[in-house]
Amino acid sequence: MSIQYLGLKDVNGPLIALEGVKGAAYDEIATIRLEDGTERTGRVVQMEGDKVILQVFEGTKGISLKNTKTIFSGRPLEMPLAKEMLGRVFNGAGKPIDGLGPVFPEKTADVNGQALNPVARQYPRNYIHTGISSIDALMTLIRGQKLPIFSGSGLSHNKLAVQIVKQARIADENSTNDFAIVFAAMGVQNDVADYFRRSYEENGASERVAMFLNLSSDPIIERLLTPLCALTTAEYLAYEKNMHILVIMTDMTSYAEALREFSSSKGEIPGRKGYPGYLYSNLASLYERAGVIEGSTGSVTQIPILTMPNDDITHPIPDLTAYITEGQIVFDRDLEQRGIYPALSVLLSLSRLMKDGIGEGYTRADHSAVANQLFAAYAKVQDARSLASVIGEDELSDIDRSYMRFGQLFEDNFLNQGFDENRSMDETLDLGWDLLCALPRSELDRIDDKLLDEKYDPERASRFLS
Amino acid sequence: MNTIHAINGPVVRVADTKDFSMLEMVYVGNRRLIGEVIGVSSDCTTIQVYENTAGLKIGEPVVPSGAPVCAALGPGIISNIFDGIERPLRDMTKLSGAFVAEGSAIPSLDEQRQFDVTVTVKPGDKLSGGDIYCTCPETPLITHRCMIPPLMQGEVTWAAPDGKYRVNDVIIKLRLDSGEEKELTMVQRWGIKTPRPVKKRLPISRPLITGQRIIDTILPIAKGGTAAIPGGFGTGKTMTQHQLAKWCDADIIVYIGCGERGNEMTQVLEEFSELIDPKSNRPLTDRTVLIANTSNMPVAAREASIYTGITLAEYYRDMGYHIAIMADSTSRWAEALREISGRLEEMPAEEGFPAYLPSRLSEFYERAGYCETLNGSEGSVTIIGAVSPQGSDFSEPVTQNTKRFVRCFWALDKSLAYARHYPAIDWNNSYSEYIDDLTEYYNENCGTDFLKLRQEIAAILAEENKLMEIVKLIGADVLPDDQKLVIETARAVRVGFLQQNAYHKDDTYVPLEKQKLMMKAIVELYHHSLDAIKHGVPISEVIKLGFFDRVSKIKFEIPNDELSMFDNYFKELDEAFAAL
Repeated sequence: MSIQYLGLKDVNGPLIALEGVKGAAYDEIATIRLEDGTERTGRVVQMEGDKVILQVFEGTKGISLKNTKTIFSGRPLEMPLAKEMLGRVFNGAGKPIDGLGPVFPEKTADVNGQALNPVARQYPRNYIHTGISSIDALMTLIRGQKLPIFSGSGLSHNKLAVQIVKQARIADENSTNDFAIVFAAMGVQNDVADYFRRSYEENGASERVAMFLNLSSDPIIERLLTPLCALTTAEYLAYEKNMHILVIMTDMTSYAEALREFSSSKGEIPGRKGYPGYLYSNLASLYERAGVIEGSTGSVTQIPILTMPNDDITHPIPDLTAYITEGQIVFDRDLEQRGIYPALSVLLSLSRLMKDGIGEGYTRADHSAVANQLFAAYAKVQDARSLASVIGEDELSDIDRSYMRFGQLFEDNFLNQGFDENRSMDETLDLGWDLLCALPRSELDRIDDKLLDEKYDPERASRFLS
Repeated sequence: MNTIHAINGPVVRVADTKDFSMLEMVYVGNRRLIGEVIGVSSDCTTIQVYENTAGLKIGEPVVPSGAPVCAALGPGIISNIFDGIERPLRDMTKLSGAFVAEGSAIPSLDEQRQFDVTVTVKPGDKLSGGDIYCTCPETPLITHRCMIPPLMQGEVTWAAPDGKYRVNDVIIKLRLDSGEEKELTMVQRWGIKTPRPVKKRLPISRPLITGQRIIDTILPIAKGGTAAIPGGFGTGKTMTQHQLAKWCDADIIVYIGCGERGNEMTQVLEEFSELIDPKSNRPLTDRTVLIANTSNMPVAAREASIYTGITLAEYYRDMGYHIAIMADSTSRWAEALREISGRLEEMPAEEGFPAYLPSRLSEFYERAGYCETLNGSEGSVTIIGAVSPQGSDFSEPVTQNTKRFVRCFWALDKSLAYARHYPAIDWNNSYSEYIDDLTEYYNENCGTDFLKLRQEIAAILAEENKLMEIVKLIGADVLPDDQKLVIETARAVRVGFLQQNAYHKDDTYVPLEKQKLMMKAIVELYHHSLDAIKHGVPISEVIKLGFFDRVSKIKFEIPNDELSMFDNYFKELDEAFAAL
């Protein structure tokens, strides 16, 4: 019979304090039983002498200083894991909420995970095909990568996430490993969560998705657990069941805000914009759980989605995220307003691992040349546009005008794509060539002459011009 | 016995004790986690723990070690990869698999490996700190020289014969002046926060040659110097550091991955073992030590990783080697300081960073230098630190304080990176204070015209910067021809000279001789064109000759080992303009 501690010393936001505790361990889990028989879960976050501070996952509503009994479990927060978790829906703390009963666990694991030894990592090289031209060609997603989407409120990042989930597949034919998705929603509105659930069902993707839902009205401490549960599940499926797992986490901004709320209720000294000084380490402990390890053929790939407050990419959340992740995919409000979907800002976006995962043997031999040339040409489009906004379009030189035209075509035909349109890598790269042919050959300075001889033909662009 | 009284993240407190001294290493809890004392007062001692504290209990023992946190120094360091407190990560995988487990007490150096040792002293020799008593080949590139620890002196009473030894075998016995007899193995320990002593500092006079044009010619760094590379995400800090680590002419590279990405360390491991150093024909790993404390590893060990790295570097400097340290990134280290400081509830200064941030940064950068070592040889430690400014804003505390303590500032620029201009070092905002110290070297080794050419190139870039203000408003068409020529030449400098392709076999490393010829090719073209324009030739005619395009591609077209091809270029240049 374990010891029950009656009553509390203090309640402060999501935190409760107990006195006279013996033998509690840092980070261990406790059960708090209320008078009405309901149970809540808490975690030890600070200890001093016989005083212990717990964070309560479900919130402290209804807790008084004398109506609780607290029992320490002696174990860190663990969750049951099984392959059957795919196709199921869980709450933010990993408890099933789809009415199908508990998961029969094959094992349980500590949700905090442990740091991956860099020596045991394999450098990620194979790409994941998303069927979205801008991503596949210009910011290729690599297996084992963490590539966040930076968006803003009201932009179509959710739609893009759904499209990625329904179209994503492993591009490597030799790989027989299963591909599955772990989806973690943190602080999303009820109808957004519903949108995700419905779209997966409609597309028949549900059986390969494990969903963790923490709604915006759910307690914030549970929100801090959501990505931990999702990533623990992902690691189990990837490294023990040898599956390729794509983890989509939305919205990291809500997560960081929950962390700030938790930190300030603990009375910690705030860093920039009130976020705790350990925001970087905390985000890193999530993002660094992506990877490919020696001794397993599976992989964990992450697409965290975050909304930049006020579209500000220098805000601490996108800023620290991009310092940890291997690139970023950035939404552009101007393009969105022009009706382009997905409205991705090509120049601000980047995939750091792309250079080693494309080309001969991975995608296509000319991929890197096409991508470089598209980047370079589109960068010049911006120069031409800013010049045009000063001196007027009529005053531009012929070259600048052809860049203006190229920019328009590129956005309308390459970036812009239907929600149900799944383009193959060949289609995407050929489309890139068609568009480049709208420019004079002398402007294509990032492609070598041999390749140009083979591919360049001004006729290819004619279908856009008519 | 001392026991844990309070736990808050990586910070642990012990109440009512006087047994601990500042910066002493301690073992925390039943699992013997490694920690360091960071605060001592009459009512409590504060300890930062280098490992994950989950599962620790109040009342578990805390045991003092009697010594500060030390690095083990001896053969077996080079080619190895360590975590922030010098635990070998490769050996750790054998013990705990793919994940880093806690409390693993693994010796830093391989205790079973045998080295071919040559003992260089005999009984009766009087030795003092820094004197070499044995040598052994550590890698095919590096000969390890075991030295008497600084501050120790005495007479050799026994020396082992040459032969194969393990690191912990006794090599010599030394009778100290106090009469005590000391057995010396091939390993010594040194507290990571104490700089190793040298005989004296020497003035800085030699460049660290990197093969990167913008660095070697425009913004050079000296051996024993300090440089900072600040840049927002995606501007290529890590890429620049990788290039420097691959190509710079230091004897040994200490690469510290401090709070950065795990996959990047894997990439360094993979790439460096495949890349062959052209000078020695050996893989780069033969001269590299990696310290990897990735962003998800415990934060206190991140703080230590910087000190561990520099201690290893100083040790090899004392043997007479030139070391370059790449610290990627010092901002993560500063954040570790902030995190620990926050847990200690210290009064924060700017943006939550502790008030002692500047003094910690200066202590670190001051450990660089060109020195005469205790045994009379010359060695140097060069520090190149990446800085990751929050929000790409260079006015934040870490960048600003770093700027005060380094003499070379390579500012990476976002707009250059967006335009895929790499290395994205912004020549307008960067500076190097070493150019005066290095003038003599350049004049002696590269000819007296080297610095003159550099000056001309810098002047053209500065002039372009001014002109671009006008061009942005009214377009380039309205400028007079001589100003158009400046813009055209500056473009050639940017594309043909400053941009450098790290993936191209010739362009990734360019010897100084070729850098000079490339500058000369551009400057001569500028002079010829200016002459022509002064004589009334329109600039369109000058451009039509095609030399501006040629000079932009010369970096790819003339291989590093066929510099005589430049003669052709200069000849054709003269002829073409004579014809005009």
